[in-house]
Amino acid sequence: MTRRQLVKNTVIVTLLMAGAAVILLPFFWMLSLSLKPAHEIFAPGIDFLPSKLEWENYAKAFNETHLLRYLMNGVIVCGAILFFQILFAVPCAYALAHRSFWARGAIFGLVIAGLLVPYHVTAIPLFLGFAELGLLNTYSALVIPFVASVFGIFLFRQFFASLSTDIIDAARIDGLSESAIVWRIAFPIAWPAASAFAVFSVVAHWNDLFWPLIVVSDPNLATPPRGILYFRDEEAGSDFGPLMAAATMVTAPLILGFLLAQRKFIQGITASGLKG
Amino acid sequence: MIELENLSKIFGQTKALDNVSLTMPEGSFTSLLGPSGCGKSTMLRIIAGLDQPSSGQVRINGRDVTELTAAERNIAMVFQSYALYPHLSVRGNITLPLTMRNMNRIERMPFLDHILPSARRKIAEHAEQTQRVAEMLEIDQLLDRKPSELSGGQKQRVAVGRALVRDPIVFLFDEPLSNLDAKLRTQMRSEIVDLHQRTRRTFIYVTHDQAEAMSMSDNIAVIMGGRILQVASPRDLFERPVNVDVAAFLGDRPINLIELSTAEGRLPPPFDGFACDVAELPGRVIIGLRPETLEPDEQGPLTGTVGEMEYLGSEAMVSLHLDGGHQLRAALNASGVLPKPGETLRLGVEHGIAHVFDAATGRRLGGLSGAAKAGADIKGEGA
Repeated sequence: MTRRQLVKNTVIVTLLMAGAAVILLPFFWMLSLSLKPAHEIFAPGIDFLPSKLEWENYAKAFNETHLLRYLMNGVIVCGAILFFQILFAVPCAYALAHRSFWARGAIFGLVIAGLLVPYHVTAIPLFLGFAELGLLNTYSALVIPFVASVFGIFLFRQFFASLSTDIIDAARIDGLSESAIVWRIAFPIAWPAASAFAVFSVVAHWNDLFWPLIVVSDPNLATPPRGILYFRDEEAGSDFGPLMAAATMVTAPLILGFLLAQRKFIQGITASGLKG
Repeated sequence: MIELENLSKIFGQTKALDNVSLTMPEGSFTSLLGPSGCGKSTMLRIIAGLDQPSSGQVRINGRDVTELTAAERNIAMVFQSYALYPHLSVRGNITLPLTMRNMNRIERMPFLDHILPSARRKIAEHAEQTQRVAEMLEIDQLLDRKPSELSGGQKQRVAVGRALVRDPIVFLFDEPLSNLDAKLRTQMRSEIVDLHQRTRRTFIYVTHDQAEAMSMSDNIAVIMGGRILQVASPRDLFERPVNVDVAAFLGDRPINLIELSTAEGRLPPPFDGFACDVAELPGRVIIGLRPETLEPDEQGPLTGTVGEMEYLGSEAMVSLHLDGGHQLRAALNASGVLPKPGETLRLGVEHGIAHVFDAATGRRLGGLSGAAKAGADIKGEGA
């Protein structure tokens, strides 16, 4: 390595590390607080590391609230949303990419237009609708508004559009019905797109506070971010140690899941030889 | 037997196929030959059931299949891009058509296919069939690989295996060799011919490469502009092309086409030395001379000055400036003494492969013979 390269690399790595530090600092602070004894949390001055590991905060978070229940709800809601999103988006995307029918272009235009609408805009009509149907305070209310994902349709349709029509024709000749083509051929080939979509979907719905806050008041149905709110307001008061422990527990599955998915994701992209 | 009756296909304003009828006998090897965009692939897709004709009928063994789906027709197709399923292994690719045909929806379900006795039995049978086909095509070593790990020739063989395993009535090939390099193409060509010999099924082969069509098929249908111009054996096609377009499309080297006005029903000089078997020539004709049928001949009817020459090893392409301003190219055997640029050369033509076409309609009127007759003597050397 020449001297110039060395300097250049040093500058780049330093900048990247500074950026990473800014992003990671709140997480680190959360982790640190969750392990500090109560009196250290409010001590003047900044100590990044706790003087001793205070596991009591975690015990309190689990015992005094329904943290496990909130995490379970998160898994159920995110899992159901992802399942239905894929169930609906993949066939839609296939039809938009590989079938010709009346007004196909216009429908795809609507899908793209749908991407521009923030879901907060539709929140009030949806809320009134669910109230009318008596579905408030149910898992359905948490899941149904998100089962049709225009983003998912768009993402898969772009992926399928790059798929050669010869493969689809070959499948038709081999005796696959259109739905068999979707699930046996198109969807497995679209695995990289699917895992990318899964990351987006799960992160968005796991972290979503807005919609659960509107449609769910039953603590038994609270998703993790909603659960943390209960925790702060009623159970723990200003007890920040257990609060931070709960927040850590809520964030951890996502970070772990993302790291695993990211690995699969990269594998998926490199291993699937899309040119068959 | 495949019969196409008055097939037409219209895309918007353009007629991709214009009232085409063609019969392909059982066990024949028919090539659909034509330049790109002529409608040959559309024809194949209609036979396959991937496209519906705008009008007309497709019959397989006498049964009208126009309304049936591709799968119901029991045909197999090999694509130019191989069209292998990238996420399945070679084994999975070859087995899938069997699974779809022989197993019902419940037997195909994930997990159940390992539990149900009927499904397990069928899976074992399919594995055996796949193995047999793979051995026949010598790809049994590759069964566990993914398509992305195969070379072009291997992929093509897997595609053939996937077609072969179902024992279809008809094999359709859509330019299957165009993505292969020249050497492999020749090899795969003979493998496909060999496959035809062994299976004795009807093969329909779409190509724009006339050499491929000539070397492989029993029958060639030449298609241009959505119409079939001629259906004939390779030899008849070469020796008696129905019109000037067919003649121009065939042959390894472009045919020499020379347009002439006739004088009193005879060819003008310098072509008056040819014996012509056409009773009455129209006002304007085109004569077609294949470069490889022209040979140096002391008594030959064509005389001209040698222009540039390309030496190609076994032969040399010579361009000859004829008296009267015409120019033609001849492929001469390079083992003999080659003429030098500027020299005078006399050429003769083998009988039967020189053609006279009507310039107005393009239709073939008859053949030319290069044997010297009275005219050649009159013309003499000094012209």
